[in-house]
Amino acid sequence: MIEIIENANKEALEIIQNGQPTLIGLGIAEEVIPGMAKDLFLHAGPPITWEKMSGPLRGGVMAGLMYESMAATPEEAAEYAASGKLRFDPCHHHNAVGPMAGIVTARMPVWIVENKAYGNRAYCTLNEGLGKVLRMGAYGPEVIRHLQWMESVLYPVLKETIEIHGPIDLKVMITQALQMGDEVHNRNKAATSLLIREIAPSILKTSFSNEDKIAVLEFLNSNDHTFLNLSMPAAKATLEPAGKVKHSTIVYTMARNGTEFGIRVAATGERWFTAPAEIIDGLYFPGFSMEDANPDVGDSCITETLGIGGFSMATAPAIVQFVGGTPKDAVRYTTSMYEITTEESRFYKLPPMNFRGAPTGIDIRKVIETQVLPVINTGIAHKEAGVGQVGAGVVHPPMACFEQALEAYVNLLEDEGLLEE
Amino acid sequence: MTLQTSIKRNAYYDSVTLMLLSRELQKLDGVEDVLVGMGTDLNLDLARGLGLATDDFDSLTANDLFIAAKFEEDLISMQKIEEAFLETLNKSTESDGDDDYQPSSLHAAIQAIPGANMVVVSVPGQYAAAEVEDALDAGLHVMLFSDNVSVEDELRLKQKAVEKGLLMMGPDCGTAIINGVPLCFANAVRRGKIGVVGASGTGTQEVTAQIHKLGEGLSQVIGTGGRDLKDQIGGLMMIQGFEALIADSQTDVIVLISKPPAPAVAEKIYRIAKDSPKPVVIDFIGGNRAAIESVGAIACISLEDAAQKAVGILRGQPVTDFTGFSIAEEEIERLVANAAAKLKSDQTELRALFTGGTLADEAMKLLGVNYDIYSNIPLSPEMAIKNLPEGRGHICLDLGEDEFTRGRPHPMIDPQTRTDFFKSHVDGKTGVILVDVVLGFGSHSDPAGAVAASVREIRQRLSNQGKDVVVIASVCGTDLDSQDLHKSVATLEEEGILVMPSNAQAVRLTDRVMQRMIKGV
Amino acid sequence: MSVNDLFKQELKVVNLGLKSFHTDLKSQGVTAVHVNWKPKAGGKKKMLDLLSKINKVK
Repeated sequence: MIEIIENANKEALEIIQNGQPTLIGLGIAEEVIPGMAKDLFLHAGPPITWEKMSGPLRGGVMAGLMYESMAATPEEAAEYAASGKLRFDPCHHHNAVGPMAGIVTARMPVWIVENKAYGNRAYCTLNEGLGKVLRMGAYGPEVIRHLQWMESVLYPVLKETIEIHGPIDLKVMITQALQMGDEVHNRNKAATSLLIREIAPSILKTSFSNEDKIAVLEFLNSNDHTFLNLSMPAAKATLEPAGKVKHSTIVYTMARNGTEFGIRVAATGERWFTAPAEIIDGLYFPGFSMEDANPDVGDSCITETLGIGGFSMATAPAIVQFVGGTPKDAVRYTTSMYEITTEESRFYKLPPMNFRGAPTGIDIRKVIETQVLPVINTGIAHKEAGVGQVGAGVVHPPMACFEQALEAYVNLLEDEGLLEE
Repeated sequence: MTLQTSIKRNAYYDSVTLMLLSRELQKLDGVEDVLVGMGTDLNLDLARGLGLATDDFDSLTANDLFIAAKFEEDLISMQKIEEAFLETLNKSTESDGDDDYQPSSLHAAIQAIPGANMVVVSVPGQYAAAEVEDALDAGLHVMLFSDNVSVEDELRLKQKAVEKGLLMMGPDCGTAIINGVPLCFANAVRRGKIGVVGASGTGTQEVTAQIHKLGEGLSQVIGTGGRDLKDQIGGLMMIQGFEALIADSQTDVIVLISKPPAPAVAEKIYRIAKDSPKPVVIDFIGGNRAAIESVGAIACISLEDAAQKAVGILRGQPVTDFTGFSIAEEEIERLVANAAAKLKSDQTELRALFTGGTLADEAMKLLGVNYDIYSNIPLSPEMAIKNLPEGRGHICLDLGEDEFTRGRPHPMIDPQTRTDFFKSHVDGKTGVILVDVVLGFGSHSDPAGAVAASVREIRQRLSNQGKDVVVIASVCGTDLDSQDLHKSVATLEEEGILVMPSNAQAVRLTDRVMQRMIKGV
Repeated sequence: MSVNDLFKQELKVVNLGLKSFHTDLKSQGVTAVHVNWKPKAGGKKKMLDLLSKINKVK
């Protein structure tokens, strides 16, 4: 039995290592995302209903409804959302990923990332920046206005920019950023800088007014996390084909919806294994504490699923102080991740680990044997819609997700008659 | 009084650390009772028994750490208790100065150290066998300190080890020194030409310390665990170690130490001894002298004697039983007379409190023959300690035995258990107290100091009755041990304790004093 | 590997269990690593059973 599993995992890792995530352009959600429609809102994490949604998700949905002109006020939006007229589905079911609340609506512009090695694509909205934003569940008029600006100015400029520039190899950009102090989940400063440097000349070459070009450049520059919305679909696109490998115990999805944490394992296909999301024990901004925190939320841990983000913490010492640790802690975290993964990345090398490759290919067997859980670097959202980020810290998925997955996996093998008695 | 439980999920600390933490937190002002432990059924029951249970207990798993406390709200808070917990924890890890990464599994550890060749296992018994199996499968030798490993597991693992040419020392193996590296409980001794295979922890410690004191050294000291020489195991490790020492170019004399083996097993060992090109000293404590000598091996009458004979043979000197004392008989007589003179006529009882099992054994072997001694390791079932009559009698206890180490660290690690017994078991009827003081790696940082403090307390207590007491001790250790042999001896002697150079001599001196004590002054 | 082979090698130790044993080894300059040990699969029987089912070599 072990041979079958080892071979399957080898195959899955080969797919992951070979991934070539490439930014090929931008599009409007309902035009490019499979299955997208006016009455469908995508969200982060595993499936969830309006009733179960926490503050940030609800706020995001309400903002989305007002943005789509399906509701005029927050009260109307809440009523509409509860009415059943609106469908909800995980971003992950539509080849998409979304940070924090991760709400995607029909009109929203999205990055289009293609995995050149296997042809599959992944989508992600453009990062709104910091402060009161939809992804933190804010739904005030300024949120809507900002989204409208992104749709009418940011999007067209960037779309033409990439058409002029041509596709951008995200794998290479992430590789470089990892050697510049980023882990491309919570720390994206270097990657964002590399992106802006790469596309700035092309921005200038577009047909838009100087005013618009300046606004776009200034916006991109004001937001260190611009690149997060590229590293996420890059990871998604890399992992998705591995999720089809039969009998593989490799985790290809980790995601949270603010209420539950969910994982998916290659062998069990699209099945979610969920458990209550945790409250993060991290460093809170002055005036805030664990009591204010929303449970863990967002698709951004798709980066950790790939072996970057928190798994590569050793390479981002700056982030560690922010989450209350020391550079030595960061190295310890990354080192421990090798115990639950399968291979070292052939491309994402980590200088403080003597250039060892990032720990890649989370194996549910190893997680359960060692009781070491994947480490995730994350921002913490206020539990009330719209207040925004209240801290940052390290969080883990619940062990229950992996235990459920192992049980389902063994049942699957039994059903297939692969287990000797 | 407030009852509260603090929980740290997915945290793991070893049992000794937790017990020491419990003890430290107990000292806090305002804390009436506190227990720190992993959320195992055993610990939860223990906590419930102490009246510390709260509703939080239902959510505890074996992977969670809990601090269950009963405290006076006006004097202290749970937060302060947690702070003290962290402080104490950090102190112990700080002094360790150990920044190294700690892998989460044996597998990862083996990858972290290329060339790893020895695994020391001291995890709870129910988990130990699986870890040992993994280690042997990976081709590593094993030192298995844990006890509560089944006989079936021990046999299976030792067979595997023998098949692969590996050492599997244990279970319940406390002492080994491999390539000059002390493992678990062992004394710092010089390298030399004498090799030892021992089934008894403190027995091995005493022999190696004595060899060092006599000026010779140890090539290899191999442990086998206490059950190795029983029929079910058949002496697998004793034989494995014995043959390795015969083949070892650095070993010239071999010493075997154990309680008497099962006869069939003894036979196997004698056969190997018979063909051994190197001299073999066999200390099967209280074993069959004639059988040993008939195969050309050298028999012993005590651990000290085994050391003396091994050294003698190495030096090509004639070998005789060492039955007496290192100091002149006149001096001994003087000591005995002075000691007996201190005692009142109703002070006629012995209190022997040992931390080392084999040292306690030695005491019982001699004293138990001459006197009726109640013990938890009695020479016959009627003399079990629970049978101690109303009128009382002599007591000799091995405080390292299971019944005394439930929820408490071994007395060699933490002297508190013996300190408690000094208080509870020594009174106006006690004439002579006999103890061992074991130094070396694994032992408490100042066992002599703890004994001295207890003796001080006893003398104060007894002086209220106008009485004194005779205390006899031996120190199992060397000048290289961190606890400083000479300082330890001095500490004891300052308290008026009679310190003998070996456990055997301490026991003999005790016998002499008891003869005088019982006949009356 | 045999016992006599071990006698010729530098001892390199993996410690599972009591931290004090590891501390003592380090204090003597012995190469040693302490394992942050937890019971395999957290000691959970159900998980151990599942793992043993799939860890069989065919």
